[in-house]
Amino acid sequence: MQWETVIGLEVHTQLSTNTKIFSGASTTYGAEPNTQADAVSIALPGVLPVLNKGAVERAIKFGLAVGAHIAPRSVFARKNYFYPDLPKGYQISQFDLPVVGKGALTIQVEPLSGNAKSYEKVVRITRAHLEEDAGKSVHGESQGVTGVDLNRAGTPLLEIVSEPDMSSAAEAVAYAKALHSLVRWIGICDGNMQEGSFRCDVNVSVRRPGEPLGTRREIKNLNSFKFMQQAIDYEVQWQIDTIENGGKIHQATILFDADKGTTHAMRNKEEAHDYRYFPDPDLLPLDITPAMLEQVRDTLPELPQAKQSRYVNDLGLSAYDASILTASREMANFFETVLAAVPNDAKMCANWLIGEVSAQLNRNGLDITQCQITPQQLGDMLKRIADGTLSNSGAKEVFRTLWTSLEAHATASSSATADLSVDAIIEAKGLKQVSDSGAIEKIVDEIISANPAQVAEYRSGKEKVFGFFVGLAMKASKGKANPAQLNEVLKKKLAG
Amino acid sequence: MLLAKADVQKVARLARLAMNETEIESARSQLSGIFDLIAEMQAVDTQGIVPMSHAQDVSQRLREDVVTETNQRELFQSIAPQVESGLYLVPQVIE
Repeated sequence: MQWETVIGLEVHTQLSTNTKIFSGASTTYGAEPNTQADAVSIALPGVLPVLNKGAVERAIKFGLAVGAHIAPRSVFARKNYFYPDLPKGYQISQFDLPVVGKGALTIQVEPLSGNAKSYEKVVRITRAHLEEDAGKSVHGESQGVTGVDLNRAGTPLLEIVSEPDMSSAAEAVAYAKALHSLVRWIGICDGNMQEGSFRCDVNVSVRRPGEPLGTRREIKNLNSFKFMQQAIDYEVQWQIDTIENGGKIHQATILFDADKGTTHAMRNKEEAHDYRYFPDPDLLPLDITPAMLEQVRDTLPELPQAKQSRYVNDLGLSAYDASILTASREMANFFETVLAAVPNDAKMCANWLIGEVSAQLNRNGLDITQCQITPQQLGDMLKRIADGTLSNSGAKEVFRTLWTSLEAHATASSSATADLSVDAIIEAKGLKQVSDSGAIEKIVDEIISANPAQVAEYRSGKEKVFGFFVGLAMKASKGKANPAQLNEVLKKKLAG
Repeated sequence: MLLAKADVQKVARLARLAMNETEIESARSQLSGIFDLIAEMQAVDTQGIVPMSHAQDVSQRLREDVVTETNQRELFQSIAPQVESGLYLVPQVIE
């Protein structure tokens, strides 16, 4: 029996502001409990919220990045519910007039099954709205009580709601990853999932093709892409089994148990969905002027998708290379700085970054921002490959030398700096290729006259002997002969 | 329009208000009066009028994103009924 899966996401991104959305208290992660909970955060009677400009700017930035309509006038509303980590008894959020309207995000889906091809898909974004985070409840510290830390209360969030446009776990994960990369790219969220800066709620339902939407269940608070995929796969199968066994799906909020790999319904909070939203009389409507919009637009960097197509169309890179180089803004910046040194060798830059550099980073468990070698140094080195000074294997040695000496230097307490310029290393290690055609010809002539038997073999059609000559010539040049040039000279001379 | 007693009890529960029978009856007639007023307003023809989002025609002032608050935990917690290791303590909430 055929089933269709329908998935929509609600993602809470914590905005990277210095202060809370409605007060000047710090949002630094990991502070001692309640030391960043000011009078507004703990909801003392008589306090008033004052909206943070930085939060509004970040919301606008996101809206512009997904081509959304930015509301010239949006309104804050109270969402009412009782919980100790929400001391006001309501969360300030936005309801019918959110700051960001309909937009879209193009995603690249990598199917999970075997040899299926990756494909592009457009996921519609319904809306994104500003709201405040709640505090944190600490359970089980002491018998019979719950501890409340209000440091997080009032931290600005942008909740990004998608249309139910995804039809598999792979698509949902691809969308979440694209969103995660975008919010970091435009610098509105640090994307730290362990610290809860990027939390996903996933709405899942199943239906027969052509039928109306089934009843959805919402998987709450997924903070890893791996768990998201496992949770969706499990939930979809559970819903299908339930219906096929004659059961019915009831709308519910569920949690994923990462240890068991299963989902289970949360204890049904009584009247949980009766939030009784109404406009917050403490806050005036938020007007976003065209001037403010333009000001924010000016700060928007070139977006990953635009960069990707530029890399493919203008630099001649493959779509695969382009997607890896634009995985993060730091990676793209690194690439572009290297490229500036050798503007005509984009493919070589891409190969080095995706190959040698990434491999070295992986070995050391680092990311591109922690790369020992600066993009300028790498650019200097590639320049030496481009002008024939370095062979590829020579370059690899320069790279290794540079890396280890920088590493040693970083850990050494002494401030003695070794000369770490690329040219100095080439000089010190004697890696300079012999590209002087006179010198190469001289070597080849000597080898040919010293090995008449092999020359005769080659000339009688045994082309395999060619490798023998290359080996000898390389040895004679101490490995420094420019291989392309050497091959050419050898071929010419052996032909007689 | 007369509200049902169950409606009043539901609203009271959502607002965490304990109400006795007399209070429920009194709230029921007061709330019903408000609903009558709403019904009257809804009867007005509002075609072509943009809904008002605030009583005053002014917009929200924005604050620069700069830390202005200092740690006043000791002061705030001096009026809290129960605190421990910097946390406010409340009767246990079961997830």
